[in-house]
Amino acid sequence: MTDMVNLIIDGQKVRVPAGTTVFEAARKINVNIPHLCYHENLSIYGACRICVVEIKGRPRLEPSCATLVEEGMEVKTNTARIRKARRMIVELLLANHPEDCFTCERNQICELRKLAYDLGIRSLRFEKGRKYDYEQDFSSPALVRDPNKCIQCSRCIRVCAEIQSVGAIDFVNRGARTQVLTFFNKGLNNVECTGCGQCILACPTGALRPQFAVDEIWDAISDPKKFVVVQTAPAVRAAIGEEFGMPPGSLVTGKMAAALRRLGFDRVFDTQFGADLTIMEEAHELIERIKSGGKLPMITSCSPGWIKFIEHFFPDCLEHLSSCKSPQQMFGAIAKTYYAEKLGIDPRNMCVVSVMPCTAKKFEAKRPEMCSAFEYWKERLNLKEEDRFPDVDIVVTTRGLARMIKEAGIDFVNLPDEDFDEPLGVSTGAAVIFGATGGVMEAALRTAYEVVTGKILEKIEFHSVRGMEAIKEAEVELNGLELKVAVAHGLSNAKVLLERVQNGESPYHFIEVMACPGGCLGGGGQPIPTNLEIRKKRAEAIYLEDMAKPIRKSHENPAINRLYTEFLDKPLSEKAHHLLHTTYVRRSRY
Amino acid sequence: MKILLKHVETEGYSPNLQSYLTEGGYSALKRALKMKPEEIISEVKLSKLVGRGGAAFPTGLKWEFTRKAKESPKYVVCNADEGEPGTFKDRIILEKDPHLILEGMVICGFAIGAEQGFIYIRGEYFEAYKILKNAIEEAEKNNYLGKNILGSNFSFKINLYRGAGAYVCGEETALLDSLEGKKGQSRVKPPFPTFVGLKNKPTVLNNVETFANIPEIILNGGEWFSKIGSPLSPGTKLYCLSGDINKPGVYELPTNITLKELLEKYGGGVQGKLKAVLPGGVSGAILTTENLDVVMDYPSVQKAGGMLGSGAVIVINESHCMVDLAEKCAEFFEYESCGKCAPCREGTKRAREILLNIAQGRGELSDLKLLKELREVMYDTSRCGLGQAALNLTVSAVEKFPDEFEEHISKKKCKLNICPVGDVR
Amino acid sequence: MSLEKCKEELKKVLDQYSHDREALLPCLHVAQEQCGCLTEDIISFLAKELNLPRVEVYSTASFYSMFSFEKRGKHVIRVCTSLPCYLKGSEKILKTLNEELNVTVGHTTSDRVFTLEAVSCIGACDKAPAMMIDEKLYGNLTPEKVREIISKYKGGRDA
Repeated sequence: MTDMVNLIIDGQKVRVPAGTTVFEAARKINVNIPHLCYHENLSIYGACRICVVEIKGRPRLEPSCATLVEEGMEVKTNTARIRKARRMIVELLLANHPEDCFTCERNQICELRKLAYDLGIRSLRFEKGRKYDYEQDFSSPALVRDPNKCIQCSRCIRVCAEIQSVGAIDFVNRGARTQVLTFFNKGLNNVECTGCGQCILACPTGALRPQFAVDEIWDAISDPKKFVVVQTAPAVRAAIGEEFGMPPGSLVTGKMAAALRRLGFDRVFDTQFGADLTIMEEAHELIERIKSGGKLPMITSCSPGWIKFIEHFFPDCLEHLSSCKSPQQMFGAIAKTYYAEKLGIDPRNMCVVSVMPCTAKKFEAKRPEMCSAFEYWKERLNLKEEDRFPDVDIVVTTRGLARMIKEAGIDFVNLPDEDFDEPLGVSTGAAVIFGATGGVMEAALRTAYEVVTGKILEKIEFHSVRGMEAIKEAEVELNGLELKVAVAHGLSNAKVLLERVQNGESPYHFIEVMACPGGCLGGGGQPIPTNLEIRKKRAEAIYLEDMAKPIRKSHENPAINRLYTEFLDKPLSEKAHHLLHTTYVRRSRY
Repeated sequence: MKILLKHVETEGYSPNLQSYLTEGGYSALKRALKMKPEEIISEVKLSKLVGRGGAAFPTGLKWEFTRKAKESPKYVVCNADEGEPGTFKDRIILEKDPHLILEGMVICGFAIGAEQGFIYIRGEYFEAYKILKNAIEEAEKNNYLGKNILGSNFSFKINLYRGAGAYVCGEETALLDSLEGKKGQSRVKPPFPTFVGLKNKPTVLNNVETFANIPEIILNGGEWFSKIGSPLSPGTKLYCLSGDINKPGVYELPTNITLKELLEKYGGGVQGKLKAVLPGGVSGAILTTENLDVVMDYPSVQKAGGMLGSGAVIVINESHCMVDLAEKCAEFFEYESCGKCAPCREGTKRAREILLNIAQGRGELSDLKLLKELREVMYDTSRCGLGQAALNLTVSAVEKFPDEFEEHISKKKCKLNICPVGDVR
Repeated sequence: MSLEKCKEELKKVLDQYSHDREALLPCLHVAQEQCGCLTEDIISFLAKELNLPRVEVYSTASFYSMFSFEKRGKHVIRVCTSLPCYLKGSEKILKTLNEELNVTVGHTTSDRVFTLEAVSCIGACDKAPAMMIDEKLYGNLTPEKVREIISKYKGGRDA
């Protein structure tokens, strides 16, 4: 039974457990104290000093986020003294800030801009002051850092170190010369950054953003020579509605397909087709490894942020990774070989665009290994090295797609539902759950169970691997084998599992890892804000779509079965190996 | 009456153990080891000694809190990061009478129940570091440090730790972070180091000069000490005189000395005509010719509008321009700000910018009001004393020399021809 | 000193502190003073030994004025520019050094003998204006005295 503390906030009696901060206690009386560096999932920093309050008996203002409640404390959250302080601090932050709100991609969701508005700032008394003059970091294909917009709140540093256990960025120098930088300012692409983009979600301003792709896509769509094909990840349909004012958890698959068609894509396909394909290959790979005494536990490989993480931090464990590519990449390879052949078009004229909740997918698409279609066509079309083309050409985030829809003036909310095109738009319920943590595991189990036992899976849902718990475990009986599985989301949880693998103490056969908290639905390219409540709602939408699908197991996808019969022969065939499997790179953290 | 410089000012005294013992050194420790820890703390409380680093917190109370704290192990940390411009007193004790500090720390350790002490010495004090290192080795070899000191059950070790060039590490919680191998950035207070200090354990953190007072207090009793100098904050104080003064140096004087006496009787008089005095380095407000009768103890100086701080008395004569000096001091704080909290990091930068504008003929009268308000906000919201005090000097300069500032702004004129007001860009 | 020798020295300090985080500042001092400057290799090495992200070690080192990521000259001149020294003419001292050595604050002479730095109070205010060259303190300076001191160093006088 925790001790309770009684205090008075703004004249109202509040009773909270000991160990609560004044900031949290104020929430109980519906006061959301203005703040910038406070973030509910991160350690307390107490440095923006905007959340300050008056506490009776203390000479100065105190940061409510860092002050614990005490019995009999008397707090005031809104006085003339506090208002003066908050306004001046925000003016000081604005004095550094570039005045390009008009062209800043965050202008609708910038916390600094909102704070300036909410605090009623009407004059900038430090406007004569010098601005920053730093260089932007464009080195990473996944994201861009603009230190000129940074307010040194440290949320990006904290999320990278605490939630993702990567620690690729930190404050460098001292005083007003403090900057968020990488090791010796090498640039994000040249250090341990995994490209997961959690820092983008944490950043209150436009100092961090995904690499833009929208203009490139417009160019491709307007190019009469290009046959532009689009694929969308499961997590996009569960979140893009938020960009148009719809509540979190709105499932807008039909509207999304309709919008894509109106934007001018030649084919509106679905990454979920790739996900079903991934399950076919991966379930058989797992069964094969178990049968032949291969490297266990096998670990999923569809999260490129996770791949880069294991390459840097646990390069000795690379053999545990499934050799399967991600759904995005499998889709691209099949689109430019199987589908190009079907249509009789030159694969060099096909442009594969993918819409992802993820920023690391931009990095994944550019990995040198991801040119399987080129390798396939090399001899047949007598291609030279300079003709090399990637399997996936352009990756755009959920937010980027929303901007395209807005630019075209499409009234998203009122669009009628439409379907994806066939054959690469056909998918099952197992594919859609890829967007949530535990989804890949569940999808794989649905197929593995039936392949191994030869029996029909009655209970399709595996609830023990669902939900927002850090690490989830389950045991499934497969013909006498107690298959032990684990699911981790967020890289610091992945680290826990990997350390056990590295020490040879891992009891599992199969592990699913997603780099982002919540799984892909919480990815760096998703609508902002993304928080625990919103992630849960997006997950609900995903499981809803699964239940609504007539077919819920990957191996029952007719389009997939046709793909094997017509083209790939069978899972893990040589052709499948060349097109749908990949290798990894040993990197280091030092 | 000499407590702190008693040995230093003795003819032929050397900073080694032999000299220290000859002058009666470590007899306080011998006595202390026979007392109960509560008795020691009682004496320190009776003495009414307050911290000599600048914050002037009652030392006995600090030791008592730490003793009573439930967590362990406990630590004793000596703040030898002397960095306040105008302060050079700790250097004297560290270089010339190191064992005085060691003895004070061991007694503290015994009183609060700590077995480990640290001296955090600023990186630039190369000489003092070597001398201290020697002194510690000597003390260890002769059983004044280490296991079972002087045959008692009490063991105490002292480690030397070098700073690396950051004024902010003089702030107690920033010092603790630096001592832990991190950047020297302050922690949120409360909780205070007495409860959550080094490695989050109860810690007594005191200035060099504070520890230096302890042996004599133990030998002569707290009451004896409390009768010396000013009853409001008794004892002697090491006053550092610098700037436009004929005899700059460290002067140990009872705390009831007046500013006038300090400057004329001991400092040999001001060079030129006195314009302003900073009684506590650059972190406090300015005193002028009107304040010469102020008694140089903590409460009295505060009442007169200034801050005694570490006792760094900087003398300024009429050959200097207050706008220019304010800008130079603002530059110091901008450079030394740790950069963690927004009000200090940005406030020190913009304050310096505004003063530079005024000095270069681009100032506006509204700037003066802005500086005052900036100071209030920085005092109210900065994480630590650096930001809280950074604009004290500037604002008091504006208040006490308004004509100078207004002339720079409205007439673009610097009477002393120091500021480049004329070349308006 | 070679990188290998430097790492050996650092390992001694790391062992002294049982590879705890407190070892970092003492290690950085050793690296700075014996290996010339803090290089990527040294910072990475310390990060590995202390099991810290390398950017965190880089961040800590960058906070302190005494550490440098660029190679400094044979002798580091630190001129105090805080208030007491400023009152007694530190600007003249800096100007003299600018002229004598043909170098500006924050830079190293082209023959890599001297690095000139402007620093905050070095605790020698009664001897203002003051400067340090390496570990030695010089006070009560005048432009002439400065020229004398510099010529001794130029003539090969060592710390």
